[in-house]
Amino acid sequence: MAKIRGTIVVNTERCKGCNLCVVACPVHIITLQKEVNRKGYNYAQLINEEACIGCASCATVCPDGCIEVYKIKMDK
Amino acid sequence: MTKEEIISQGTLAYKKPTLLNDTQMHYCPGCSHGVVHKLVAEVIEEMGMEDKALGISPVGCAVFIYKYIDIDWEEAAHGRAPALATAMKRLWNDRLVFTYQGDGDLACIGTGETIHALNRGENITIIFINNAIYGMTGGQMAPTTLMGMKTSTSPFGRDAKLHGYPLHITEIAATLEGTAYVSRQSVESVAAIRKAKKAIRKAFDYSMAGKGSNLVEIVSTCNSGWKMSPEKANEWMKENMFDYYPKGDLKDIGAE
Repeated sequence: MAKIRGTIVVNTERCKGCNLCVVACPVHIITLQKEVNRKGYNYAQLINEEACIGCASCATVCPDGCIEVYKIKMDK
Repeated sequence: MTKEEIISQGTLAYKKPTLLNDTQMHYCPGCSHGVVHKLVAEVIEEMGMEDKALGISPVGCAVFIYKYIDIDWEEAAHGRAPALATAMKRLWNDRLVFTYQGDGDLACIGTGETIHALNRGENITIIFINNAIYGMTGGQMAPTTLMGMKTSTSPFGRDAKLHGYPLHITEIAATLEGTAYVSRQSVESVAAIRKAKKAIRKAFDYSMAGKGSNLVEIVSTCNSGWKMSPEKANEWMKENMFDYYPKGDLKDIGAE
């Protein structure tokens, strides 16, 4: 069965750490970092590269449009 | 496969619409405005109306929407956006004219303009962000505030004897003969966001087809004004707001 792998790129300087992507992620692999960006917000990051399915839920709910989603179909 | 390989060999599944520029939005973290801005920009891009869209911005938090979406904008006096939109649509019939207003702007200060523009059947779309309070000025009570809801000007909760009842402007709009499409949506989850986008698209299509005036209400959160975290605010909205403001299409002349 073809497996879909995905990944996200977070614009960490634009992120305001609202946590909505963390809640929206169906596989629970996004968390807010301890580090802060220039605005002082704990930005969102992907913590498990392997598990992302590229569903774009996080990017859809992001109010600031900080997340880009890429995905690829793997054979097997 | 590494992250870099997925990015270089895979396809782009989602990215913010190009009409939404890189200017940092002034909204509080988790504000519903950002999501609706994205939807408006996406729909305009999908329709290919980038050069022909004309928005009317309100007074309220969304007053700076013209800094974030790269289309033509006009700034109306408080509550008067539907009146300005009427003029613009009559002068430029080929433009996609819409207003973007909050509940304080549309349902309180501009109630007259809103109802009469909708009743005249102007071929415009009104996008109505309903967060039940005056968000920008510090969370005061609005006509749309729920019964018993605590705000900075009703610290003991809204009381019908003292403050009257919540105004259901969308229900009123659905009874007017001039309206073509009246819908109430929300943007708290992926499914709700997809539905809201479809509603905005339909409203824009109807206004361009000259079918009448359109109103899309988005039941929204104001986590700062409600003194909650963004996720708590979404939960609170689901538990409390949807009883007062049930979601769905209230009127659709195309479906009849």
